[in-house]
Amino acid sequence: MAATAAVLALLLPACGGDGQPGGSGPAASASLDPEADLRKQRLTVSNWDGYMPKDLPARFTSAVGTPMTVAKHSTNEEIVAKLTASADSGIDVAFVSGQYAQALAAQGLLEPIHHDLVPHLKNLDPLAARLAHDKGNVYSVPYTWGTTGLCYRKDLVGYTPDSWNDLLKPRAAVKGRATMLKTERWLFLPAQKALGYSVNTTDEQQLAQVKELLLTAKDGLLAYDDTTFGDRLKSGEAVLAEAWDGWCPTDDKRIGFVVPKEGSDLWTDTMVILKSSKNKEAAHAFIDYVLDAKTHSWVASNIFYKVPNTAAMAELDPALVKSHPVLAMTPEQLLKGESVVDLGDAATAYTRIVTEVTAG
Amino acid sequence: MAGRGRAAGGPPSRARLVLLGPGLSYLAVLLLLPLALLIGYTAFRRGRFGGIAYEDGSTGENFARLTDPLYAGVLTDSLRIAAVTTLLALLLGYPTAYAISRLPGRWRTVALVLVVLPFWTNFLIRTYAWIVLLSSRGVVNSALTGIGVIDRPLKLLYTEPAVVLGLLYAYLPLMVLPLYSAIERVDPRLLEASADLGARPARTLWSVTLPHTLPGVLTGCVFVFVPSLGNFVVPELLGGGHTVMVGNLIRDQFLTARDWPFGSVLALALMAFLVLLLMAQAWAGRRLGGR
Repeated sequence: MAATAAVLALLLPACGGDGQPGGSGPAASASLDPEADLRKQRLTVSNWDGYMPKDLPARFTSAVGTPMTVAKHSTNEEIVAKLTASADSGIDVAFVSGQYAQALAAQGLLEPIHHDLVPHLKNLDPLAARLAHDKGNVYSVPYTWGTTGLCYRKDLVGYTPDSWNDLLKPRAAVKGRATMLKTERWLFLPAQKALGYSVNTTDEQQLAQVKELLLTAKDGLLAYDDTTFGDRLKSGEAVLAEAWDGWCPTDDKRIGFVVPKEGSDLWTDTMVILKSSKNKEAAHAFIDYVLDAKTHSWVASNIFYKVPNTAAMAELDPALVKSHPVLAMTPEQLLKGESVVDLGDAATAYTRIVTEVTAG
Repeated sequence: MAGRGRAAGGPPSRARLVLLGPGLSYLAVLLLLPLALLIGYTAFRRGRFGGIAYEDGSTGENFARLTDPLYAGVLTDSLRIAAVTTLLALLLGYPTAYAISRLPGRWRTVALVLVVLPFWTNFLIRTYAWIVLLSSRGVVNSALTGIGVIDRPLKLLYTEPAVVLGLLYAYLPLMVLPLYSAIERVDPRLLEASADLGARPARTLWSVTLPHTLPGVLTGCVFVFVPSLGNFVVPELLGGGHTVMVGNLIRDQFLTARDWPFGSVLALALMAFLVLLLMAQAWAGRRLGGR
């Protein structure tokens, strides 16, 4: 049992660090050397699979000189668990959604972004610096952004859906042929918006109503599906799906995407630098390289997500924007959505409701 | 039975320890240590950002949640689904195993290979194949509408029966193999005696073969029940998120809810239940074997 005690002791420093304010602020840039030899540093970046062009690491290395390794994670929860479970995860830059960047920053695990080392920050849309999860991009730099809406088969639905109730209280043509996202916050979103509540609500009564609505909606659903709804729509198995904009295959002429009139969210995926990183200058150089208009527009045309980079979006091939209509949404349209922020301890209530709804 | 007395008596020889070494280290590193960690986690509460945080009295709270109707309901649902799967596997597996044991030698090998053959394909791929078969525009529905038996596709996929079917398909070989070996071992002279005494084949099956193969039935049932109970891939893919089994619940506690302490409690509860089941099986097996 001595071994167990040792392992638990190793884990303990990761516990109970709730809510400590992190870092010493951007003034700490004095500790970083703008003249550091980037060829002597090594960079490890963790990202979702398929969320950046395959040869981005090679191009970065040949441009900057820093050897780069890519680790993959499949969910925010997975990378957050990895980053919180040990003092040094070996990761320099991680890609996480905005609310998770917020949670990591609150735990003091993130290095503040030294704006002077990321000159291409000027390319970012000014609106991207005002997002609720990290105002002023103190700890995180937005990589992509988008919203959630209804992805549907124009030829099979028979009308243009424009409300979350088209999903929650489906008409006969859609009943049993609709899918909803399974990931916690987005399983809640349609009901929250249909009832006129915030996507970040922690009010118990509101959550109880959301749960009731989700339970009634379950009968009209084909499945909860985060990954294959695009294929299901193409095959006609499903005709309506709650979908993240970038995942809706609007390049298929039969498929359309709408943001319901009750409104939706604004999700942001960000890049963060770990406080434990030993290659912070290279980490900043990587973020700066991504924000370069040429790189970021190449990224957008590769993964079909909108990037909050005015210069990069201007460089996108108009033919591509035409074939992928969701790329044409403007930041102003996106900003009508509500930023998803960390829920703190209320996250437990959300988890419980998800179990009650799916097992109910 | 040779050597039994020596194993039970005096100290194990050095050679024996050396031989046991790899197995014991394997158990210590991959079973006992993780188990101890799991038990350790139950003393904590969910860390807000993942991981664990200490708070006095967490252990009691974590275990008390097991009696919460929500989680107790998921546990009973899982038990029911696993039990139905096991029963169906037995009903299908027994005649199959019986038929195989009656085949001439060479065909018996062929039949046994056919039973095991699906295991050579990845489990996920086999489960996905059921999606192709069961979906509303899948093979089954197309065939039924094609020949005019139904005019609207049936809802086959994303239902509890689809989950049972997926589990049954996945674990049926685990029922057939122990049953086959039990049936094979029944002394043919007993069957002859039964026939000589005037029993019809059905009576022989009921009064001679079945009682003698009960240990095999028990083993097969445990082999199917245990993995069915813990499976989370089949409920996810064929249940479409509508059917939650305890395996899904445990995975979600660790991967999405970031509630490791409660996930540990659930995993321990499942393991405790399975240990009890195995003990019951061993006990019943001894009683049946001693007949």
